[in-house]
Amino acid sequence: MERRAFYRNGTLPWLLLAPQLLLVLVFFYWPTSQALYWAFTLEQAWGGGNTWVGFANFLAIFRDGQYWATVGRSAFYAICATGLSMAIALTLAMFVDRALKGTRIFQSVFVWPYAIAAPAAGVAFRFIFSPEAGLIGSINDIWPGIWSPATNGWHALGMVIVCHAWLGIGYNFIFFLAALQMIPKSITEAGAMDGARPFQRMLDLQLPLIAPTVFFLMIMNLISSFTDSFGLIDTMTEGGPIGATEVMVYNIYIDGFKGLDYSGAAAQSIVLMVLVIALTFVQFRWVEKRVHYS
Amino acid sequence: MSAITLKSVKKRYQKSLVVHGVDAEIEQGEFVVILGPSGCGKSTLLRMIAGLEDITEGEILIGGTVVNKLEPRERGCAMVFQNYALYPHMSVAQNIGYALKVAGMPRAERDGKVAKVAKSVSLEAYLDRKPGELSGGQRQRVAMARAMVREPKVFLFDEPFSNLDAKLRVAMRAEVRNLHRSLGVTSVFVTHDQTEAMTLADRLIIMNSGIVEQIGKPSEVYHRPASLFVADFIGSPAMNLVRGHFAQDGYFRHGKGGMIHLPTIAPALISQEVSIGVRPELVRRVSATAKGAIAAVVDYTEELGAARLIYADADGSRIISVDTATDALGTGMPIHFAIDPADLHVFSHDTGRRIELGEAQRAATQTRINA
Repeated sequence: MERRAFYRNGTLPWLLLAPQLLLVLVFFYWPTSQALYWAFTLEQAWGGGNTWVGFANFLAIFRDGQYWATVGRSAFYAICATGLSMAIALTLAMFVDRALKGTRIFQSVFVWPYAIAAPAAGVAFRFIFSPEAGLIGSINDIWPGIWSPATNGWHALGMVIVCHAWLGIGYNFIFFLAALQMIPKSITEAGAMDGARPFQRMLDLQLPLIAPTVFFLMIMNLISSFTDSFGLIDTMTEGGPIGATEVMVYNIYIDGFKGLDYSGAAAQSIVLMVLVIALTFVQFRWVEKRVHYS
Repeated sequence: MSAITLKSVKKRYQKSLVVHGVDAEIEQGEFVVILGPSGCGKSTLLRMIAGLEDITEGEILIGGTVVNKLEPRERGCAMVFQNYALYPHMSVAQNIGYALKVAGMPRAERDGKVAKVAKSVSLEAYLDRKPGELSGGQRQRVAMARAMVREPKVFLFDEPFSNLDAKLRVAMRAEVRNLHRSLGVTSVFVTHDQTEAMTLADRLIIMNSGIVEQIGKPSEVYHRPASLFVADFIGSPAMNLVRGHFAQDGYFRHGKGGMIHLPTIAPALISQEVSIGVRPELVRRVSATAKGAIAAVVDYTEELGAARLIYADADGSRIISVDTATDALGTGMPIHFAIDPADLHVFSHDTGRRIELGEAQRAATQTRINA
């Protein structure tokens, strides 16, 4: 039986909850309700209030080929950023787990990127990837024009993805390392006695045992790629060149704040929100219920 | 040629030396038990043989080849771990067959081998289960099957029974012994349990704080302990040990000032600071008038069923005796013991090593060892 403490006083718990509730109401439920209102209404052409239009706003964006291009780009962005970030973080965590020299220092150094705000990282990476002056740009000295994120859409998208992945490595690294260190050392040693080399032990023993963590991180990274990319894109490419880095969240900003199509942008926000809710649901249903190995 | 040779093997962690130069030869097909209290370096020594720990100094040879620089997989050893170390996400069959899979054995051949080994440890009904669904004893068997399936040159056991209850431990002990008899594979078994050690071993290596105290057959170690540590560590109830010196008058004077009626059989020892010891079962009860009787007073007794232990006080030093008589004994009652001087073990106070007392004692211990 779980033992729980109850408050006798009726108001105290509400007072304790109030700050958190206030934050959630002001920054989540109120904007969400506004977005829902806008998504199902349309402002009259010359002002004078909104009229109810049902699903017309949604139908409009779903009929728009441009919108589906954004969705596809977002999916590509999410899969690449998640895959890249997790693969690098896992590799680093594996090395740290094998207790190479200097482990203590690396453990904290790898975590730092997570503390950097997206726009700050965006500015730094814009410089690093700058074709005229940056580190990567220096390959243009050897093959002129080979790196050009300002004109080549794939270059621009790749640049943002790399930056996004880099920002997430620290977060992923902490979780991977913690999961790897939960595996009893004797299991790896038994693998060594059974003749498996380090790489094979990683595939056969360590990866299956940290599968719940891998899945959890995958969902968290996908959600982050869909929603947190705005700061990076706005500082690095502003959606360009020619919309090549316009992902779902950036498209909402463009349509809403640049194009002043509040209803279309609100409908897009609702779609994005449903997507994130769906991913979170999968995470709860699948990961939380998943049998953890004893 | 020995199966395993250890040549002044040392292990150092940072500054502290945990294994101080071990020399040992383990013969082909022998079952050797490394016994010692926790922290004595016995597991470290085993892990160095396995290749899971680096060897700081010295050499280890397996089958005549120096293995210092070889990876565990190249040494031909299989190991049973203390906590079984089964792969929790694999079925019993996959656990047993993993080494074969890694070695690239074709599936059909592998399945056949796994089935055969599983049958030999009566696990054939559990092949599809996960380790989490097995009892402690069954997990233990999976761990053993996993070691057996590779047909290794050497079996290594790292305190494999320490997680089992007493009854299961006795059963597994018998199983390991039968296994060794039928396979004849050289085995090194680490434990801190002396009963386990005595019953399993062809030979014992007794370790204490990184040093080998004695290497010998169980009966040798019991009846002719090479050091004070071994004398005290082996045997239950423990050997009676008293520190002091033999005096000219035929009494042994112990540290607390009391004296025991015990003449020495080696005159050279007189006045030398030593510890003397005698096994409780060799302390005989005699009548007060018997020749050489040692007078004592009963402290208390412990009933063991087949016999009882008498804890008595002989002028300030404790004497334990195994007694099969059934008369009533109460605290404070006078009692008399006799000890055959040939049954005495004498250890130097300075080195803690055994001092031989001449032919008579040698002959007496030899008869017991051979018995």
